[in-house]
Amino acid sequence: MYWKNYTSLPKQFRNERVFDGCGISGYMNIDGKRENGKKIIDMITILNDRENGLGAGFAAYGIYPEHHDCYALHFLFDDEPSKSNVLDYLMDVGFIVQSEAIPTKIPPNVDNPPITWRTFFHPQEKKNLSEDEQVLQIVMNINENFEGAFVMSSGKNMGVFKGNGWSHEIAEFYKIQEYKANMWLAHSRFPTNTPGWWGGAHPFNLLNTCVVHNGEITSYGTNKRYLESFGYKCTLHTDTEVIAYLFDLLCRKHEMPIEISSIALAPPLFKEIERFEKNYKIALKNIRATYRSAMLNGPFSIVVGLANPIPTMIGLTDRKKLRPLVIGVSEDDNTIYMSSEEASFRRLMLDPNINFALKEVWHPKSGTAIVATMGRGLSRNGLEKPLEKIELTIEGDN
Amino acid sequence: MIENNIVKINAAPNNRPLSYKKLNKQIHNMINFKHKKILLDDVCGQRFIAASLQGNLEIEINGLPGNDLGIFLDGPKIVINGNCEDQAGNTMNDGEIIVHGEGGDVIGLSARGGKIYIKKDVGYRVGIHIKEYENKFPVIVIGGTTKDFLGEYMAGGLIIVLGLKFLPDGKIIENPHTICGDELGTGIHRGKIILRTEEDLEDKLGIGAKVDKMTSETEKEIRPYIEEFCQTFEIPLEMLFEKPFKVIKPISKRPFGGNYIGTII
Amino acid sequence: MSISHSIAPYYKVMIERDSCKKCKRCTTHCSYGALSYNGERIIADNSKCVACQRCVIMCPAGAIHIIKNESFLPPHGNYTRRIRNAIWAQSGNGGVLLSAAGNDREIRSIFDDLLLDACQVTNPSIDPLRETIETKIFFGRKPSKIDFKRDTMNPNKICLKTEFMPNFEVDMPIMVGHMSLGSISYNAAMAIYQACKELNILAGSGEGGLHPDFYEFGSNIITEVASGRFGVDINYLHNAAGIEIKIGQGAKPGHGGHLPGEKVNSLISQTRMIPKGSDALSPYPHHDVYSIEDLAQLIAALKEATRYKVPIGVKIAAVHNSAPIAVGIVRGGADFLTLDGFRGGTGAAPRIIRDHAGIPIELAIAAVDERLRKENLRDEITLVAGGSIRYSADLIKAIALGADVAMCSMPVLIAMGCRVCQQCFRGLCSWGIATQQEYLVKRLDVDVARNRIINLFHSWNEELKEVLGAMGIDSVESLRSNRDRLRYIGPNPKIAEILGVKHAGE
Repeated sequence: MYWKNYTSLPKQFRNERVFDGCGISGYMNIDGKRENGKKIIDMITILNDRENGLGAGFAAYGIYPEHHDCYALHFLFDDEPSKSNVLDYLMDVGFIVQSEAIPTKIPPNVDNPPITWRTFFHPQEKKNLSEDEQVLQIVMNINENFEGAFVMSSGKNMGVFKGNGWSHEIAEFYKIQEYKANMWLAHSRFPTNTPGWWGGAHPFNLLNTCVVHNGEITSYGTNKRYLESFGYKCTLHTDTEVIAYLFDLLCRKHEMPIEISSIALAPPLFKEIERFEKNYKIALKNIRATYRSAMLNGPFSIVVGLANPIPTMIGLTDRKKLRPLVIGVSEDDNTIYMSSEEASFRRLMLDPNINFALKEVWHPKSGTAIVATMGRGLSRNGLEKPLEKIELTIEGDN
Repeated sequence: MIENNIVKINAAPNNRPLSYKKLNKQIHNMINFKHKKILLDDVCGQRFIAASLQGNLEIEINGLPGNDLGIFLDGPKIVINGNCEDQAGNTMNDGEIIVHGEGGDVIGLSARGGKIYIKKDVGYRVGIHIKEYENKFPVIVIGGTTKDFLGEYMAGGLIIVLGLKFLPDGKIIENPHTICGDELGTGIHRGKIILRTEEDLEDKLGIGAKVDKMTSETEKEIRPYIEEFCQTFEIPLEMLFEKPFKVIKPISKRPFGGNYIGTII
Repeated sequence: MSISHSIAPYYKVMIERDSCKKCKRCTTHCSYGALSYNGERIIADNSKCVACQRCVIMCPAGAIHIIKNESFLPPHGNYTRRIRNAIWAQSGNGGVLLSAAGNDREIRSIFDDLLLDACQVTNPSIDPLRETIETKIFFGRKPSKIDFKRDTMNPNKICLKTEFMPNFEVDMPIMVGHMSLGSISYNAAMAIYQACKELNILAGSGEGGLHPDFYEFGSNIITEVASGRFGVDINYLHNAAGIEIKIGQGAKPGHGGHLPGEKVNSLISQTRMIPKGSDALSPYPHHDVYSIEDLAQLIAALKEATRYKVPIGVKIAAVHNSAPIAVGIVRGGADFLTLDGFRGGTGAAPRIIRDHAGIPIELAIAAVDERLRKENLRDEITLVAGGSIRYSADLIKAIALGADVAMCSMPVLIAMGCRVCQQCFRGLCSWGIATQQEYLVKRLDVDVARNRIINLFHSWNEELKEVLGAMGIDSVESLRSNRDRLRYIGPNPKIAEILGVKHAGE
């Protein structure tokens, strides 16, 4: 573990972006059953060839049922004054229901660990601004303007735990095994530049959206400038941040069905679009034209967690399939697994304490979303054509 | 509502003026149903009425049409029972715009053909850059007076200004105001402006324009338009010839020809 | 004029007497009257030579060379030859100096100070020859978002609620700029339109109307409505992929247009819809556009007139306040916005304006793109940028700075044979490009010219794909506004700041 650079990149590196290769994993229990972090730790630590000890993290959904209607803000602080600054600010702009340290296990020889903190929070009621929008602005403001403070996550009934170290170290530090979640995401990192910083580790979060990402977004500049015109601030020096914001923009702000937003981000080639029937062709072309700046280019595989209105897990790769993603379904159809490598699932089979059997393992098509929704199951398996199974109508067109 | 083959459109149902898009859409629908005569009631500032319409149509307007009335018009006749605003007949190709009232600025901008008859006074830059081409010949006749820049850049066609005044009691008298503003015909390089006036126009001339005497040939040329104008607005024709007409013509076809040099430096 | 004030010829025609066969071919090919035969030998009037190279290429013996006539003036670093010549010309004849082509002052090109990024290790480059890289773009206005509604009973039923505005699909982010028939010849226009149809890209009609022969190419032509409204009638408006309101031109912002009557032959007369021999004057402003709300009115009028079937755009010259003007234009309803930088070309413009007015297109793109983003309008419109896009590098950098489409004209003319002698306004183009004289127009073979344009843009598009592949981008929309993939190496950090581009090494 690197016990420094908690809330920002060191100054001399701030002009740069961090490029990384990574391992990603995630799973969801369709029935909503909450499980402790043992499985996800196994799933991510087995991928240790994909990390170099410079960043790892976990996202857990459903961990705060007692505060499910509050925004659970997870913070990293460099010191006490930074913490009290932020808490004062929060009290100005809303109500703190509960505020406490995130329990950690700090190794004995560390003398300057970060302050890990969580606050259950309500923004003030405003007539012209939704609660989500307010929290978004608060988070953007803290991350941009508050020295020594970093918001790791800001969703409801969920949280992100991340830092600069090997995945097994981060799991231990945050006592991941003690949280019970119905959807888990995990990430281990291989960044190109040292030193990494804690806030720059994955998952990246905004409100209920979390992203773990393997690859590099070559369209970063385009995506960033697009997001900025909607008020997002890309201050975290990494391309993954834009993926989280794009999901927030499309799925939450633009209320776009997930089947459609995944097409906007990884659209089919024009020559493929030409093969579609009329309505589908109109829709696909206009999605490409309208969301041309949202399209993600370059190699990526991502696992995304959403929780608005119901928890959803999405897997997606770039349309040239330059990064790996594999999907597994448990024998009882209740658990959907996603990972960079099948070894993540096989690792679970080796554990005699886990009753684990897979019904099916498959590799999704490039640029094709896998969508699992709590209570409903797998609605897209990643093998379909764009908009397959969707009956698409165009308003005013009989 | 259809009466005597005239279809009526209320431009302000329930006293709420329609948007120009909706009003034009209704006109297009009527045309699609093969109606040839359309009456618009309660028009109130809607722009682009009759934009780019073609063919043998007649549109009568009660109320005040907005800017760009009949822009790109190509054939239809539009009659306005009242005033019109700026740029009526903008880039018109063919057709007629008859205004039983006053007109705004920049009437007939760049018109290539068609007729615009305005009973009373008009504003600035009327007939600017009107042109002629083959059998297209734009004619603008103004019953009252005009302001500055009449026929600026004029590249063909005919503008006639009569300098009359129409009193509320229906009497028609000589307009006591000056017939036109300054910069008359500035940049004119083809076509004619005819003004019915005894005023000395030399001081008002724009660059490239000159005052010429009326010839019998020109009189013959303008007579049919004047007769039609008088008939349309019930003006006794004989009173028009009580005053002389003056003709504004271009000095040359290349008013600014010597302004530029192409020496290789 | 006394001899002491005459200007020394700029060029010198050298004829190798030993090789010259006295075939007199050069004398017929020189349209500027610089060469003649005196019964004994070919003689040259250097003062008439424009260095168009026609005689050099056409001489079967290769006996002619044009060299710069350097020997005359005492050197002065400040009072350059050009400045002294301008003073002599104006003190001799008076008048405003005319010029053609684009600004030829040696002003540092910002495009040339920008470097492109390429992938190494952290992401793979893409092989453009063997894997798909897309360069298609949509020309027109897009909604800010698309609304879909999922059926409450059946989650697999989705209804698309948004009504789309007209967009035109083009296969390359390239457009041929607006050159009217009149400024260029019939054959040149025909070659351009044929090439654009073949390539499925757009070409501008210029402001001089569209000859009926070109209606068949209408679906690849953006017609222009300028202050002169030449040739604007319903056919013109309906035979177009899009309509552009021309407010300004990079070579002469704030200036009108003037096609002298002697160039208005029957062909031009038919196209502009004015009588033969009549001057075609474009007023300085549109006289129905005196303010931004008037522009909105003209945009709306054109939309009404075309029944909302084609995109309507606006072209402005890149000037100091382009950014707020652009915002006004987009709010005024324009579906596309064309920016024309200060190096943009012209058939005729006052030299004072061509050489000194406007700003570089690079800065204009950056400023306009940034400002439109601040107002959250950028992605709704198509931004076209021209004003000296010389080769594919300029095109690529223009897109990375924020343009959707790069517009160019000079490279098209050069591809057809233009030697950039900058005498277009004289109508004597010996290559048959910028002339209306039939014997000269005939020299331009339409098939050859068309194929050369097709080859040129094919090559540019391949080069664009090479660069995209090297950047690990498989579709040009991910290059647009991707300033992250540019670095600056010029001398002025302020430029990098305005461009939103980091310095190389950062």
